[in-house]
Amino acid sequence: MRSDRSSAPVSLKIAAAAGLLFLHLPILLIFVYAFTTEEKSYQWPPPGFTTQWLAVTWNRPDVWQALGLSVQVAAISTVTALVLGTLCAAAISGSKFFGREAISLLVILPIALPGIITGIALRSAFSLAEIPFSMWTIILGHATFCVVVVYNNAVARFRRVSGSLVEASMDLGANGFQTFRYCILPNIGTALVAGGMLAFALSFDEVIVTTFTAGQQQTLPIWMLEELVRPRQRPVTNVVAMVVVLVTLLPILAAYYLTRDGDQIAGSGK
Amino acid sequence: MTPAVSFKQVSRHFGSVRAVDAVDLDIGAGEFFAMLGPSGSGKTTCLRLIAGFEQPTSGRIEIFGERAEGVPPYRRNVNTVFQDYALFPHLNVLDNVAYGLMVKGIGKAERHREAETALELVKLPGYGARRPSQLSGGQRQRVALARALVNRPKVLLLDEPLGALDLKLRENMQEELKSLQKSLGITFVFVTHDQGEALSMANRIAVFDHGRIMQVGSPEDIYQRPNSRFVADFVGSSNVLPPDFVARHGGARRWASLRPEAVRIVDGEAGASGARGLEATVVSHSYLGGTTRLGLDVEGQRINALLPAGQPLPAEGQPVRVGFAPSDLHLMEEGG
Repeated sequence: MRSDRSSAPVSLKIAAAAGLLFLHLPILLIFVYAFTTEEKSYQWPPPGFTTQWLAVTWNRPDVWQALGLSVQVAAISTVTALVLGTLCAAAISGSKFFGREAISLLVILPIALPGIITGIALRSAFSLAEIPFSMWTIILGHATFCVVVVYNNAVARFRRVSGSLVEASMDLGANGFQTFRYCILPNIGTALVAGGMLAFALSFDEVIVTTFTAGQQQTLPIWMLEELVRPRQRPVTNVVAMVVVLVTLLPILAAYYLTRDGDQIAGSGK
Repeated sequence: MTPAVSFKQVSRHFGSVRAVDAVDLDIGAGEFFAMLGPSGSGKTTCLRLIAGFEQPTSGRIEIFGERAEGVPPYRRNVNTVFQDYALFPHLNVLDNVAYGLMVKGIGKAERHREAETALELVKLPGYGARRPSQLSGGQRQRVALARALVNRPKVLLLDEPLGALDLKLRENMQEELKSLQKSLGITFVFVTHDQGEALSMANRIAVFDHGRIMQVGSPEDIYQRPNSRFVADFVGSSNVLPPDFVARHGGARRWASLRPEAVRIVDGEAGASGARGLEATVVSHSYLGGTTRLGLDVEGQRINALLPAGQPLPAEGQPVRVGFAPSDLHLMEEGG
């Protein structure tokens, strides 16, 4: 005899709020410490507030170097993943062949494997093949999971683009390239953008695989890890953390909204 | 005259499955041609061979005298109306129709003008701004038709074009397709499993079974003079009579077909005066509206009779006398 199912007891509401606070308060703390006047340790409450760390961070060349490397790695891995992931999704969803399910599983596996396994495996493979560590080895490492993210997004959308659409396009005189450009891409576009943004964000804050596949180079997350160990101008790390949060959060939010809208458009199709 | 489509010993095998097996077929220019058969009989594969979605395992296909094997679908002057219409969900109706012109590089103003003309042709003027998802099944069908016709194909292929429509729409569409085909003069080739559709729309019909063509001919040929038990049975549920029965009742010792509407009920007196009267028992009754189908037992042989409405109907289990003219007994090539 419940007359009002939508109203939860107050205790449950408090518990839910507490849970959410527990999840997100620490992130706010990072923002607060970016403006503290104390530079040796994280003291609470902060003795004072200053914006000088923004300027200090701006003038640190090692920050710029790490940021530059991270952006390059994330961008190139994302582009690689977009190409390979889309091709793979097209192959898996567009045809039936022996071992299709097995290949689909193998493609997804890198994201199911712990990063440390991927990292060790790649490191030993690189040294076995005598490939010197460089930005490209980092990119290779990141591409393993970026491809999966793009693939997963694309394959779900490809399933909804019926095979007869491609045939219809060819039938109407469009060659392979035109069919991709005018028929396939508009239907999978938002899924690709979403997958690409997720891939970019994942690559941008990746630590574990990077530690195994990087040589002397430092990506931004690796640089932050090192900074925590030697305390010098600590709030600089927090300023960088703030930037990382913004750089990764925005694409993920955008990806979320893009796929949501895409689903609505696709959903209204039939 | 060069045939519009010509198959010479064309086969398409998928592994051990012979979807199309050594088919010879000529479809004349300007014909309204039907490929009729049960599902899995190879008719759709034949259509896909003409469209270019399938390549023959062996044999030759010519479209207006030009070799078609190895030519991709986008370089054939052939367009298809797909069974599920396959309209592009991301484009509005006008851009769907103009798609073929767009990929050919025709300017926006011109292709939109032609698309609008094509929409008028299929009686959907002013629907250009809508999305395919906002249209009914019948309207989507028309858009698919306009999208194919706007390219002025030499051959238009239709895959079960009316399969997804309800009965009333289907009858309207049948007539419209016929008059459209007549006014455009384009060769139409359509695939169907519905014998009524094939008979009412086509100039000529090819009946398929197990990847082979069983018979090609005009609707009258196919309906009245089936050459095999399969065709007689598939096209219009004819009575297929075994050689023994045929031999007893005036024909040669061959399989024969007898149309249900050729079977008459004769009352005793009339039957005695010349007409061939056979002892029969009414086994079943099916009321079909304009006609009633009677299931009869004649000397142990099940025979269906189609009686027009208004005729007095014998009750089930009642003994009657039935008759048919010997000329209605169509002997088939298959021997006993």
